[in-house]
Amino acid sequence: MHFGLAGAARRRWKEGAIQSALFVCAVVSVVTTVGIVIILGKESFGFFRHVSPAEFLFGTRWTPLLEPRSFGVLPLLCGTLLVVAGSSLIAIPIGLVSAIYLGEYASDRIRRIVKPVLEVLAGIPTVVYGYFAVSFITPMLMKAIPATQVFNAASASIVVGIMILPMVASLCDDALRAVPQSLRQAAFALGATKYEVSTRIVVPGALSGVIGSFVLAVSRAVGETMAVTLAAGATPRMTLNPLESIQTMTSYIVQVSLGDTPAGTVEYQTIFAVGALLFAVTLAANLGAHRVLRRFREVYE
Amino acid sequence: MTLVHPMRPPTREPGSAPAGARSAILEVENLSIWYGDNRAINGVSLKIPEKRITAIIGPSGCGKSTLLRTFNRMNDFIPGLRCEGRVRFQNRDLFASGVDPVEVRLRIGMVFQKPNPFPKSIYDNVIWGPAINGFRGDRDRLVEESLTRAALWDEVKDRLKDSALGLSGGQQQRLCIARALAMQPEIILMDEPASSLDPRSTARIEDLLFELKKLYTIVIVTHNMQQAARVSDFTAFLESGELIEFGETEQVFTRPKVKRTEDYVTGRFG
Amino acid sequence: MTSWVETVSLTLPRRRRAARVFALACRLITWSGVVLLGVLLVHVSREGFQWLDWDFLTSFPSRFAERAGIKSALMGTLWLIGGTGAVSIPLGVAASIYLEEYARPGRIKSIIEINIANLAGVPSIVYGILGLALFVRGMALGRSVAAGALTMSLLILPVIVITSREAIRAVPGSIRQAAFALGATRWQVTRDHVLPAALPGILTGVILAMSRAIGETAPLIMIGALTYVAFLPRGPADSFTALPIQIFNWASRQQAEFHGLAAAGIIILLVVLFVMNGVAVYIRNRSQRKPQ
Repeated sequence: MHFGLAGAARRRWKEGAIQSALFVCAVVSVVTTVGIVIILGKESFGFFRHVSPAEFLFGTRWTPLLEPRSFGVLPLLCGTLLVVAGSSLIAIPIGLVSAIYLGEYASDRIRRIVKPVLEVLAGIPTVVYGYFAVSFITPMLMKAIPATQVFNAASASIVVGIMILPMVASLCDDALRAVPQSLRQAAFALGATKYEVSTRIVVPGALSGVIGSFVLAVSRAVGETMAVTLAAGATPRMTLNPLESIQTMTSYIVQVSLGDTPAGTVEYQTIFAVGALLFAVTLAANLGAHRVLRRFREVYE
Repeated sequence: MTLVHPMRPPTREPGSAPAGARSAILEVENLSIWYGDNRAINGVSLKIPEKRITAIIGPSGCGKSTLLRTFNRMNDFIPGLRCEGRVRFQNRDLFASGVDPVEVRLRIGMVFQKPNPFPKSIYDNVIWGPAINGFRGDRDRLVEESLTRAALWDEVKDRLKDSALGLSGGQQQRLCIARALAMQPEIILMDEPASSLDPRSTARIEDLLFELKKLYTIVIVTHNMQQAARVSDFTAFLESGELIEFGETEQVFTRPKVKRTEDYVTGRFG
Repeated sequence: MTSWVETVSLTLPRRRRAARVFALACRLITWSGVVLLGVLLVHVSREGFQWLDWDFLTSFPSRFAERAGIKSALMGTLWLIGGTGAVSIPLGVAASIYLEEYARPGRIKSIIEINIANLAGVPSIVYGILGLALFVRGMALGRSVAAGALTMSLLILPVIVITSREAIRAVPGSIRQAAFALGATRWQVTRDHVLPAALPGILTGVILAMSRAIGETAPLIMIGALTYVAFLPRGPADSFTALPIQIFNWASRQQAEFHGLAAAGIIILLVVLFVMNGVAVYIRNRSQRKPQ
């Protein structure tokens, strides 16, 4: 009885080929990242030959498409910041409190209702939230506060907040559940109320996990596009008033793409310069958040 | 100026009374506990004497921990748990409708099987319970006093701000004892406090208990019979949720009145 | 010994009240999230239902709201999803197989894993920029279904890899061990034992990734999916529009009728997503109930 030893070499070759093919597929991700960096870098480089980095990073007027042209990106950053701040104000408290409620107070039955609802909220496409902002939130705001403009940052902030809320709730829920039961028992045995145990022992014990979730949510809000494009407007300006029309980095990129911008021009290159800034900010936030979350997981393993 | 509130004891006797006339600080009357349909404790009646160490022994699964956790209402956290019977603490019913479990736990403290210090500094661990309960006295003195009584002060007095998680297992358990002592409770419940420690730490904790019983009543659950014999004044033997025998430790171990007890303490089973 | 506890009974009622208030606040705040979802769905349904009829599904977009429909958008989305699936599913599953079954722990594996984790967090519009420069211009595919599908594939690739890896990791090691002990090669073990066992999990992940792709708008805008398309794509080289693009186009108009059309489009989109997620959940539940 023999086992086909003659085919062994061919089998080995086939296995090697398969492994190489699989490896190539896995490497696509690295190629993607490299591609993003190269493309953003190349066009940004071209951009910075026409516009000095100092003017870009510190200028306060952004009018690349109109004369006189100005390339200070701070208004876009300001607009992004305004929307991010507003949405964090909604998503972070509600998300954290929901996680505390689901983890410490709610029965299994309630969890089984609320958690899927949060998942559904997370799965709704951003364009739907944008529509909700312009057709429901903005009219309501305008009725409540007459000074509200048709396009305003507040409306976008609210829906972006609703959009990232499930993410905060879900990540905080995971973090709070990692805190061992024995710590809660010890606190209860010392005569603490559930409120005190939740807020003075559990949340502080899960702090880095909770903070990591906040940073990830903020990063997601920075990158949000459709809701701000539909609701927040296209007016780059340096303002802290959420009732005014503003423009974020993402909605500017959309605006330019929807227009007719020939390749190779400075206007075309602004897409990549702003895109590079956007990429850098979200990358930094994500890396930071992942480092914090990894350290948190190590503590509780 | 203090208000008289439900859990305040009527009178206090300083010093120790002769063993026979010892008053019962905790009286269990015909207590039965169910987990759903499963009866874990069946008609247990017993009187825990004040300022003595009472050990609860028995084979695993006999309900020792369940019984212990009833005393400070920690069983409240288990859904589907039902109690019948009465537990009186200083002549007041622990399960009466007006009684707040939080108040019970101010007077009946607990040390757990595995040390569970908070991820905070040593100082903050000890002071946390008193702080949230509105303690307004001298914090440093309370912390020092509690750590001294737990035989840990000398080892940590220079590093009170260090994280409690950096201590060894035995030190962490003594920290947990100090944390319970800081509440100045009447009774300290201990659920197998040395079972996760090495023999030397276990011995230190047992020495500690001899000192502590001068000031506190101690109820200790242990699966280690030799420990019960060494350390306790009174012993309760539980089996399958029933109290088989209760009496002075010396009598229970050398002249047990019930055959089951004799079988257990001589190692014929369990 | 007199305990300091004697002196603190005064603070207990206040703490008890605080605890009750907090519990109530937690409950209200959490349920507000549920309420928000309800409000959103009710609003969209109310606005869009009247525009929803057979003509809506079978007409092309038009300047006149009464005659406008989403036929081209629906077909465009179908083409797009087909192309995206054809590229991303094999790529993603292959990558996850490599990472779970073949890769040895080391620098290369870490680099790949870090990349995938980071790419999962990159904003979708950056993928659009990449697609614009690489596929539309670089590979001269123009504003075509092909460019759109490739861009979307890159976007959802990290999601597919991450969920497929989890599914593969959940397959017990004993199955692999048994197969290896019978002299099977690594690929045979993977193909005949690991993949079939991980299939429900992989399917669930793929469906969820696809449902994400269906709703994405920003990358499609970047690569130039048109917003007024009165024809159906006949091949991967044709230009196209997609459901979210059409919704975006209608929602950005000022007239109320177009908002109604947008709402109708959203209803269709949400129904599609709901069905897809339902299928995914069904697969997941059935696989968990089956004895292994």
